[in-house]
Amino acid sequence: MTEIERHSFDVVVIGAGGAGLRAVIEARQRGFRVAVVSKSLFGKAHTVMAEGGCAASMGNANPNDNWQVHFRDTMRGGKFLNNWRMAELHAKEAPDRVWELETYGALFDRTKDGKISQRNFGGHTYPRLAHVGDRTGLELIRTMQQKIVSLQQEDFAETGDYEAKVKVFAECTVTELLTNDGKISGAVAYWRENGKFVLFETPAVVLATGGIGKSFKVTSNSWEYTGDGHALAMRAGATLINMEFVQFHPTGMVWPPSVKGILVTEGVRGDGGVLKNSDDKRFMFEYIPDVFKGQYAESTDEADRWYDDADNNRRTPDLLPRDEVARAINSEVKAGRGSPHGGVFLDIASRLPAEEIKRRLPSMYHQFKELADVDITKEPMEVGPTCHYVMGGIEVDPDSGAATVPGLFAAGECSGGMHGSNRLGGNSLSDLLVFGRRAGLGAATYVEELGERPAVAESDVDAAVARALAPFDGPADGENPYDVHAELQQSMNDLVGIIRKAEEIEQALARLEELKKRAQQIVVKGDRKFNPGWHLAMDLRNMLLVSECVARAALLRTESRGGHTRDDFPGMDAEWRNKLLVCSVQGDAVDVSPKEQVPMRQDLLELFELGELEKYYTDGELAAHPQRKA
Amino acid sequence: MGSYQASFRVWRGDDESGALQDYTVEVNEGEVILDIIHRLQATQAPDLAVRWNCKAGKCGSCSAEINGRPRLMCMTRMSTFTEDEVITVTPMRTFPVIRDLVTDVSFNYEKAREIPSFAPPEGVAPGEYRMQQVDVERSQEFRKCIECFLCQNTCHVVRDHEENKKSFAGPRFLMRVAELDMHPLDAKDRQKAAQEEHGLGFCNITKCCTEVCPEGIHITDNALIPMKERVVDRKYDPVVWLGNKLFKRSGSKS
Repeated sequence: MTEIERHSFDVVVIGAGGAGLRAVIEARQRGFRVAVVSKSLFGKAHTVMAEGGCAASMGNANPNDNWQVHFRDTMRGGKFLNNWRMAELHAKEAPDRVWELETYGALFDRTKDGKISQRNFGGHTYPRLAHVGDRTGLELIRTMQQKIVSLQQEDFAETGDYEAKVKVFAECTVTELLTNDGKISGAVAYWRENGKFVLFETPAVVLATGGIGKSFKVTSNSWEYTGDGHALAMRAGATLINMEFVQFHPTGMVWPPSVKGILVTEGVRGDGGVLKNSDDKRFMFEYIPDVFKGQYAESTDEADRWYDDADNNRRTPDLLPRDEVARAINSEVKAGRGSPHGGVFLDIASRLPAEEIKRRLPSMYHQFKELADVDITKEPMEVGPTCHYVMGGIEVDPDSGAATVPGLFAAGECSGGMHGSNRLGGNSLSDLLVFGRRAGLGAATYVEELGERPAVAESDVDAAVARALAPFDGPADGENPYDVHAELQQSMNDLVGIIRKAEEIEQALARLEELKKRAQQIVVKGDRKFNPGWHLAMDLRNMLLVSECVARAALLRTESRGGHTRDDFPGMDAEWRNKLLVCSVQGDAVDVSPKEQVPMRQDLLELFELGELEKYYTDGELAAHPQRKA
Repeated sequence: MGSYQASFRVWRGDDESGALQDYTVEVNEGEVILDIIHRLQATQAPDLAVRWNCKAGKCGSCSAEINGRPRLMCMTRMSTFTEDEVITVTPMRTFPVIRDLVTDVSFNYEKAREIPSFAPPEGVAPGEYRMQQVDVERSQEFRKCIECFLCQNTCHVVRDHEENKKSFAGPRFLMRVAELDMHPLDAKDRQKAAQEEHGLGFCNITKCCTEVCPEGIHITDNALIPMKERVVDRKYDPVVWLGNKLFKRSGSKS
């Protein structure tokens, strides 16, 4: 048996971004001892990169907003493939989750009457995003980090130990979940600092590990986004859904090459910025798809009037959902109307006074000035699509965040369903608050009701440790993990990227097979002390598994919808709307099978006009709609 | 500008020993120091330890000293150096080295835990918080902090004086005290503790922290000096404190 550092907790939360921290707060408030395990330092998680805001129908900027409007916008954004129960809970609970943050000390920007200010964003009918300039994610993560500190201070006052109830394991990576008789029993991790292993004995694990973007070359995601939670869940026996849906954010930086992919917030467009091609034409008016006809302005005059009079004008198509805008930019560039460095222009300089731009978009001003020598108050930005978010993730029960494996829960980007085929901007921060809390609650309730805790099998621990150490014993002339990673990113970017077709996806699958074999031949140099090559070798195993899920699901779905665009099947197909593709793994073999979703509850279905539903649904599905029966 | 070969000297080692190591490495247009460190990892030094996350100046992970100057590696463009200049990259000096460019920054997390948290106002329900933009902006400036700890690293109170670490929270966390003190709805007095428990008196406003802040926060002028003024302006008196709390919103925006 391996000598190993051991800890016992009621709940272990993996990931210290917004969803993870919110889950920690909830489980601790229910009285449980909670560990939060994070690959990075505390407070550095990917949530800090969220810029634009957090969607919640508080109605501070427009009193007509309410949860029903938010629900409808979310379902439209996801092209009606969303898990409607998640979309319902999300729309209903988001305002409370935002207000709660103020009691933790958050300082959002304000309206004139002192309420939380709300900004416009793509796909949202009304100004809905609570924000702090363009650094909203930082505010969220710092606020929750500080709330956790305040809970630790309470515990210190009571017990003399800050870590009596909540302990942070920073720079600690989980490599395997352990199960006993199909139930979660623990997790094996290693400290990045010294390479020593840690065993968590716990009946409940909340996965909040974020996304998978690091499998793509051009991405707004950091090194952490290697699909760890997705892969850990699968290997523990859970299922993933919607993995074919990957969001390419329309506006990433395109130049200089070293910053290609870094995010340019949608807030630029929310605050008046417009997209233009090399002919100086606002091209988005040409790209309003049929399903959104009538909902967006058809002339620049109307679009410009909308900023000041939203009740009597329709919004600018610059604020269509992200999938539509990303495809439009892609088409403009392909047609030869792109900017010098292969993007299009995003112009805020001619739309707002310089001081106003700096006040509303300080990080964007700073980012372009520092990294590209571009003054966005004087000249347009060059932008293009960048891999940003995965809609797919762990299949969960909407109310509790429970995965199909007892004791396993998931929230935030690593869970699937909420956003359907495409996520609206601003719905990510609200998602992680709403479902982070629910997963924390779900885990707490599970532990409360659980009788005997499943024991950890020592042989599983030994096996996990041996697997993690294998790259040190690779062949002398073995593979360099950085090379394998670079080739994976290139393949996914080129072959399973924003526009897909069968031959290319098949090529990608063949390359993935090769890369899987090469990954087994990886050899790492140096020792176990903070060794990035070794860390990457382990992360690669997750990236390869998750990439295969993306590619296999993308090949099966023979239609285009949201974050899945098939050149060979360009249309949306109503027969596919209600089908989920469910991924699981047996040994090394990934299986993807279609499954029907539960039909939407009647009262929710009736929130939509029949005419709109007919664009998405089959005839049979709408037989019970009251307007059809009338 | 095309590609060229740059000379780098990178500190390699751990808590026991280490030395600067020379590398010659390719540099392309538009790149930053962190790109070059990554290229070294991918091509010459796969186990070169470096901490980074966002590569966009938002997370504050990749702090180091570049030619002796504390900076974020992701926000330091290669074009700010000449092609023949030798570029030396060393870990932050104030914190113990773990390996190569990675330091043990746990000092900062311990200090963070010693600052009493936001105290919500009694009787104000969630959703009922009302604050004016002009009043939140003071604290918002400090909440831009990405916790890169460059200010903590630079502050001479602890940079050259290990013995002061115990009783000095450092600029980042004194600024946190100021942030809470200026929060329009925080219900706790912060001023006495700033001086007596967090070591505000150690600061002699040399502004080194402000100079290295990658977010451009005016740490000294807007947080530390006003905090010092509040502390000396009065002896601790709850009535004066309450008066300050109630009337400060008419005060000038710093």
